[in-house]
Amino acid sequence: MPVVQMTQHLYRFFPQLANRTITVPAGSIAEVLRAVNEMAPGFADYVIDEHGALRRHVTLCIDDTIVIDRKTLSDRVPESGTVYIFQALSGG
Amino acid sequence: MSDMILLGTRKGTIIFDRIHSSWRPRPIAHAGIPVCYAARDPRDGTLWASLDHGHWGPKLARSRDGGATWEDLTSIKYPAGARYIVKYLPTPDFDPAAPSARPEYADASIYKIWTIAFGPASQPGRLYAGTIPGGLFVSDDGGDSWELNRPLWNHESRGGDLFAGDATTENRWHGTPASIDYGVFEPGIHSILVDPRDADHVHVAVSTAGVIETTDGGRTWAARNSGMLMDYLPNAAADWGHDPHFVTGCPGQPDHLWQQNHCGVFYSDDAARSWKKVSMPAAGVHFGFPIAADTNDGRTAWVVPARADSERMAIDGGLFVARTTDGGQSWQALRQGLPQGNAYDIVLRHGLDVAGDRLCFGSSTGNVYVSEDRGESWQCLGNNLPPVYSVRFG
Repeated sequence: MPVVQMTQHLYRFFPQLANRTITVPAGSIAEVLRAVNEMAPGFADYVIDEHGALRRHVTLCIDDTIVIDRKTLSDRVPESGTVYIFQALSGG
Repeated sequence: MSDMILLGTRKGTIIFDRIHSSWRPRPIAHAGIPVCYAARDPRDGTLWASLDHGHWGPKLARSRDGGATWEDLTSIKYPAGARYIVKYLPTPDFDPAAPSARPEYADASIYKIWTIAFGPASQPGRLYAGTIPGGLFVSDDGGDSWELNRPLWNHESRGGDLFAGDATTENRWHGTPASIDYGVFEPGIHSILVDPRDADHVHVAVSTAGVIETTDGGRTWAARNSGMLMDYLPNAAADWGHDPHFVTGCPGQPDHLWQQNHCGVFYSDDAARSWKKVSMPAAGVHFGFPIAADTNDGRTAWVVPARADSERMAIDGGLFVARTTDGGQSWQALRQGLPQGNAYDIVLRHGLDVAGDRLCFGSSTGNVYVSEDRGESWQCLGNNLPPVYSVRFG
């Protein structure tokens, strides 16, 4: 099953996700985020906006590849894949 | 008078408590997170903070235990189908008089929850939130759920009901420079005033559109910009396009409203049916962002003047607060205890508040001053605070 790794910054808001291996069913990025949101209600709101699009300052990768479809999150995550959730470089 | 001051700062929420005649800061809450507004609901003591997460989207935070613990709420969202007509920063060849031939639409997303306001005691649980891009949200359950006020969103001054289809009127709301940080140029609601006598009577102020009033609980809205004058569009007295920086009112005399506008200080003694320009440039009173009205006397107000929009800092390096007690006919500069040399502070629109005889303001250079005597004298609460976005007595 795919594994989800994320910036530690998100553990501040969702401590239940820290110190564990997060596994989810294979599927689209949108489905992966929904699965994480079930483990930590409210999580998706931190990563996507009200239209389901990736927030501007969030970067998602499947293994080494940055996701292409930031609007509907249709990129597929393979069974052996790892999804990474990063903060984009921004701010001050 | 209040014994609590809440600061919304670039690096979190900072609360000062007045203990044994001195103001003491608590450890910062929401450390590292920009907080653009923080306030206490006088009805039940709930504390509110608007978190302006750079990465994770704007969120409201709520504390029901006096600030000991906070919970993030994620419930303010534009409904599906909420759209607006895109505005762009004026370019050198921008013609403000030219109607846009073909509107460009965008689905609305919340960029910033700019202000929070509390309903009257007769409406427990009623809260308001103003956002960029120009949405007024209403909650009747203490913030658990929120609903977009559609009559204002669908107002004829914004193109009409875009849920139903294409624009039927021209969009007369312009963007606010405060939205540029989010990569857009869209309007924002930063001031919400609920008439303490009548819960259905509400004013909101929009950058950049002006003041808008409802007298029927938000079912209909009308521009209230008569007497307003601007200096950046061809028709200075147009119905729309004004840039209130902040609008407030006197709780004891709610028909007395005060407006620090981009183009001066304006006063109304008839609930915004008419405005009168009361700037006094010779006294330094003209440009600025915040304004505070006295609790009981509608003719008394305070501003923190700044040098013109081209500079946006203290005038001649001397920081002062100006007070009028006669409806803006005269202004008195109050400087005692404030730095009078090499001060480059600017106080942002939510950065000044009054509670009885107490005033407090904080600047974008992290300086906070409090007065216990209606501004006659000031003491410094801190010089090394983060940039201050909002100051509110609790």
